[in-house]
Parts: sequence; C-alpha cells; structure tokens
Amino acid sequence: MKGGPALSIAANNGAGARDSHLRVVSEAPAHTSGIRLSGVSKTYRSRDGDVPSLRPLDFQINDGEFFVVVGPSGCGKSTLLKMISGLLPPSTGEILVDGEKVTKPHGNAGIVFQNALLLPWRTVLSNVMLPIDMKRLPRAEYLPRAKKLLEMVGLAGFENKLPWQLSGGMQQRASICRALVHDPKIMMMDEPFGALDAMTRERMNYELRRIQRETGKTILLITHSIPEAVFLADRVLVMTERPGSIAAIYDVPLGHDRSLDVMTSPAFADLVQRIRKHFFTQGALD
Amino acid sequence: MSERIGSSRAARALNAAWLRPVLFLVMIVVAWDLSIRIFHIPAYQVPSPLDVVVVLWQSWPELLSQTWPTTYATVGGFLLSVVFGVPIAMLIAGSRTVESYVYPLLVFSQSIPKVAIAPLFVVWFGFGLLPKVISAFLLGFFPVVVSAVQGFKSVDPDMVDLARAMQGNRLQVFLAVNLPHALPAIFSGLKVSVTLAVVGAVVGEFVGSNSGIGYVLQRSIGTFDLPTMFAALVILALLGVVLFWIVDRIERLVIPWHASQRDNLIIAA
Repeated sequence: MKGGPALSIAANNGAGARDSHLRVVSEAPAHTSGIRLSGVSKTYRSRDGDVPSLRPLDFQINDGEFFVVVGPSGCGKSTLLKMISGLLPPSTGEILVDGEKVTKPHGNAGIVFQNALLLPWRTVLSNVMLPIDMKRLPRAEYLPRAKKLLEMVGLAGFENKLPWQLSGGMQQRASICRALVHDPKIMMMDEPFGALDAMTRERMNYELRRIQRETGKTILLITHSIPEAVFLADRVLVMTERPGSIAAIYDVPLGHDRSLDVMTSPAFADLVQRIRKHFFTQGALD
Repeated sequence: MSERIGSSRAARALNAAWLRPVLFLVMIVVAWDLSIRIFHIPAYQVPSPLDVVVVLWQSWPELLSQTWPTTYATVGGFLLSVVFGVPIAMLIAGSRTVESYVYPLLVFSQSIPKVAIAPLFVVWFGFGLLPKVISAFLLGFFPVVVSAVQGFKSVDPDMVDLARAMQGNRLQVFLAVNLPHALPAIFSGLKVSVTLAVVGAVVGEFVGSNSGIGYVLQRSIGTFDLPTMFAALVILALLGVVLFWIVDRIERLVIPWHASQRDNLIIAA
C-alpha cells in the first residue's frame, strides 16, 4: 500500500494552513466535530400544496466514519445529500459541519453521483482538477495529488484520455478522484455504483472500502442495496418511505478490514436480514 | 495485380468527401442538359448549362464585384445573429420569467414573412448596406436562438450542482459547464443560420438595392436574361457552401471532443 501514506502527505501539503485549522477543530469535544443534523426536515412547495420529503432528522456522522444511508426510492435520500453539501436549504433545523452552520455551498464536500458526470471536453486529469478550478486553488500544488489519486484507483496512464474512451467503472473511479482532490471533509456518494454491472459493482465496493481506509475520509453513501450497505458501512442508517425519517441506525460489527468473503459470514447475513425486515413490514419491497 | 491496385486507388478516390457531391452535381447538370434537348425546352424558359457557364465566364468580373456586397451583408447579418442570439438564448434558458415573456413573442415574430417587411427597412434605413444586413440578421437570428436555448437547457442539473457544490460562482460554472455543453447545439444552429443569412441578404437586395447578387437576379429577371439569372443562382449557392464550410471548420476546431467529430480524433491519436 504505497499510495496510502504518500497520499496523506500530499493532502497536508496541498491544503496547508486551512487544513491545520480543521485539525484543531476536530480535536475539540465530540459535538463540534463531524457532521451533525438536528431537526433537519425538508418540505417542497408545489402548486398542489406542500409535499413533505423528509421528516425531522437527528443524527451525527463522526470523522473518518463510513456512514451508509439505505432506503426505498423517493425517501428523500438525495435531498439529504444536497442539504449537507449546502446546495439546498433545509426547511427546519440546522446542519453543522465541524460546528459551523451550513447556509450555502461550503466546498467541504466531494460529491459522486450515479452517473460519473465527467465533462466530455476535459481529459480525465483535467476533470479530476475541476474542484481546484472552481475553488480557485493553486493548480500546481494539487496536480501531484490528482495524479496520486488516479494512481490509487488504478487509472495511472489514463490521465490524458477523454472520458468516452473509458469504461463505466473507470469513469466512476475518476469521479471519485474528483470528489477527493480538494481534500474535502466528507465524500458524499448518491448510489454511485447503481449504473454499473453487478460484477464491476462488487469490485468497486471492495475498492471503495480500501480507498476509505487509505485516505481516512468520512464517507456518506446512499444506496438501495442492503448487502452493499452492510458490506461498506461502519454504521447504517435505515430510512422509511416518503416522507423519509429514521427507522433505525445499526453499527456494523464486521471490523475494518473486510474482504468480499465477509458477505458469507453469519453476522453479515443477520444484519442484512434485520434491515430487510424494516422494508418488509413497510411493504416497500415485494 | 496492378489492376487490383488501380481499382483500390479508384475506390479510395471515390471515398474523398468532396468527390461524391461533385459527381452528383455532374449527374444533375447532365440530366438538365439532356432534358432540354429531349423535351425541346426553349432557351427563354430554361437556359442550357453551357449558356450559364458562358455567362459565368464572360461577366465574371462584374459578377464577382456584385458578390462582395452580398457577402458583406450575409456575414454582417450572421455575426449579428450570433452576437444577439446566443446571449438572448442564455437569458431564456437561464430564467423562467424571461422565457415566459420573450420566447412566445420571438416565435410569433418568426411567423411574419421577412419578405413582406423588408421594404420597411428601405424606408427606415435607405438603400445602403444596412437594410440588407438587418434582413440577413432577421433570417439568421431565430435558428441560433432556438438551438442555443436547447443546448443550454440540456445541461444535466446534477453536473451544475456538482460545480456549485465546489463553490464555483455563477460565471465560473457557466464557463466551465453550461457553455461548453451548449456549443454543439449552438454550432448546429449556426450552420442553419449562415445559409439563411444568404437568403436574407438576397431578400434585402431584392426590395431595395442597386448592388449585390440579389440586384443582379432582379435585373436579369426584368430583362428575361435567364443565363445571367442562373449564373447568379450558382454564385449564391457557392457563397452558401463556402460560408457553411467555414462554420464547419470552426466547429471542428472548437469542439473536437464532440461525438460528431470523434472519428477525426481517432485518426489524430
């Protein structure tokens, strides 16, 4: 694992003073670090009246945690993601990132959507550098980090290719690099592997856990797939049907180092079964 | 052996992009000439291709000098279409309010035949270059707007969200995401626009002008000088082709990444 330590050094160089400031904050008492949602709800206004999307939610995502939200479609998962990144204001309640209230896009989150959404006119490397351009950070400082990230996800040598020359899985890896290049506090992933075939998906899940271990990033991942959620997560949040609310939060007792074999263990099967029950009783899954 | 090489060389020559339309054109000209001979069409109805070529050859200096005013009017009108069309499309695509006020009126205005209002421009702006430019602009403007609106609107909102979440300001996001995404659609509008601008310039010259190919057309119709009229048509067609080709070249330079240009890219790589 050569990429790991080298990468974190690059991260420190790249982010400089801003990052050391974050470190100080994260050493403060638990309630000011991480991402905290208190009483956060969302109601969309439409012509036919108000449509509640999320009931008030209270939970905390700790630093360095792999946090997975699993729920039926239309339960407001994507709304949640947009609110945490500051793209959408919550109707009630507040979201704190490192103790600071989110009111506008704060740039401290990297986002990965179901589609890789790479810009077709930019090369892979240039796509990965998009956050640096948007945030007006010094390009030269982050270029080595972008290359390191591409190497970590196995895209070394593809830097100057255009997105259409890559397979779906490779494109999604590039978009993960793009979400990490500015060393954000949290990487948020909205059903990131939903568009991939089952085999690629399993491999990407395994890779994603490795990436999380190597970078120590906080990850919030949204998915429909219960086994995927259990395999990836340190904690799983189970959501109810629309309007979404918290059905349960489970700790996943599978340890940090997981191979795909973990999926055959009794503890894994047991947790998958328990989570599935939530949806059976709701009748969301047939 | 040598025969096979010869035939493959011929096949390659046949694959040259410019050759096929030329071949087709030759076939049309031959059919034109043959039908005049077979059906005994009198020269005052349809001139023979040879007569047209003779006119093109003999009055080439005069025709060329008349081509320039038409070209200026066309290019001027086309550039105005771009300068006004793209920003207006940006406003329409960017704001529901602007769209609801402006777009229906724009469509409505397009239903007014330009030929009918072209004389007005002569009343307002006289007989110079300006009424022709405006006429070319009015015809070229609409396709630019329609295609650019479609281009700006087809941007994936998730992509815009992504750029916004990285704290890009509106201008940055627009330049990095929206504008490049809209370029292929804008260029397809520009190609339609440039050929329509030629029509617009000629319409302008029809109603009130003493120069340009449109003027040559009108004068030759008045004197039943059909070979000259056909020669003028040939020149107009050439003008349209050349301008279209220029826009096409620029498109290749600006959006080499687009799917429609990809085969060139593979050859380049």
